[in-house]
Amino acid sequence: MSGNPWLTVENLGLTEGGTRIIDDVSLALGAQRTVVLGPNGAGKSTLLRLIHGLLHPSAGALRWTQPLSQAMVFQRPVMLRTTALANVVYGLKLKGHTTNECERRARQALAHVGLEALAKRPARLLSGGEQQRVALARVWALEPELLILDEPTASLDPASSREVERIINEIAASGTRILMTTHNLGQARRIAEEIVFIDRGRIAEQTPVAEFFTQPRTPAAQDFLQEEMP
Amino acid sequence: MTEFNDAFLTAWQLLAISDARLSAIVWLSLRVSLAATLIACVVGMPIGALLAVGRFPGRRVLIVLFNGLMGLPPVVVGLLVYLLLSRAGPLGPFGLLFSPQAMIIAQAVLVTPIVAALTRQVIADEWTEYREQLRSLGASRSRAAATLLWDGRFSLSTAALAGFGRAIAEVGAVMIVGGNIDGVTRVMTTTIALETSKGDLPLALALGFILIAVVLAINAVAYAVRGWAERHWG
Repeated sequence: MSGNPWLTVENLGLTEGGTRIIDDVSLALGAQRTVVLGPNGAGKSTLLRLIHGLLHPSAGALRWTQPLSQAMVFQRPVMLRTTALANVVYGLKLKGHTTNECERRARQALAHVGLEALAKRPARLLSGGEQQRVALARVWALEPELLILDEPTASLDPASSREVERIINEIAASGTRILMTTHNLGQARRIAEEIVFIDRGRIAEQTPVAEFFTQPRTPAAQDFLQEEMP
Repeated sequence: MTEFNDAFLTAWQLLAISDARLSAIVWLSLRVSLAATLIACVVGMPIGALLAVGRFPGRRVLIVLFNGLMGLPPVVVGLLVYLLLSRAGPLGPFGLLFSPQAMIIAQAVLVTPIVAALTRQVIADEWTEYREQLRSLGASRSRAAATLLWDGRFSLSTAALAGFGRAIAEVGAVMIVGGNIDGVTRVMTTTIALETSKGDLPLALALGFILIAVVLAINAVAYAVRGWAERHWG
């Protein structure tokens, strides 16, 4: 763990239909860029949703060192049936910005993700990669202190993935904390400072990125890396 | 058989010369049913959206109620509105009975549950797709409902057209509260019912053709709107 924790997760649990999806998770997040790794169904997405507040834990608690403004990007971007620009404006409007301010910041955010030329295009007719970039612009415009991303490149082609990765790195460079999941280990390596490895709803290990990929501490992580990296 | 053919022939002639009496009836029908549908949309769509997105006690009961009211018999609606508007009724002093306004009210009552129930269905589907994203962006439930109403506008046009189709085709409610007064409250369906029983088949048939054309046109428009929207907005 690097830096003082901005979030301490205490004995967090989520049980649904008798299954423990998240099982007694305790964790101190202090790194600026954390990637959660783990096999399918390990509870990665659920953990992110609990932290973001989309799900309510059935046990335990989240202790924020200070309240952080958050935003989240999902695996499949959800675009409203309007222009790309209006999709970005929508997020800003909900935060109570004035119309002019919304428009200005939205255009700026679209420029950051390289989509200013498509601002007036219907968002749902853009390609998957472009839609995900609009989703990133939508959260970037909000200037969150914590950005949570749930497998943002899982359904994208390699070129779009690289572009999304570039944008995530830029958002991180502007000072936003990043907490994300990915299936792409190369991406995890490039983005993360710290890896949280989760297996069957439990935290298996929390390790600095270089160490995780060279000498993972737990057998579960060793197996995972062996399977994912031929 | 000749009588049958004559009826058809005269019906076409009435249509061809756009007979004044015929036009007046068609125009009143459209006016009443459009106004009723408009009211039903203004009232029913927000109700439908809140039923889809909201969290409040009695929500399930209301959903079942509105779904059930979709099949409300027009004559019963006519009777209830009649009681409301009749001289002794609570809205009697307004003197609306046997006026086009009374017919608009009756059809609006008839159609609102249809629009609300269809809207709820459309918005509920959207809500499953948008829910996490909208909550993540900090939208309240009422804000989300408004957003989804706008986002689902093309699908909702189908709900509005279904409501209009129901209104323009019903006969029981407008017959009771309108009274089928010649030149005042006589619409297509009530005229068809009356003229058929009187044996004046040409006018009834001509109106029947127009009614079928209107209903077909509604479906064509609904289809076209959805196709256009799909291509332009995804």
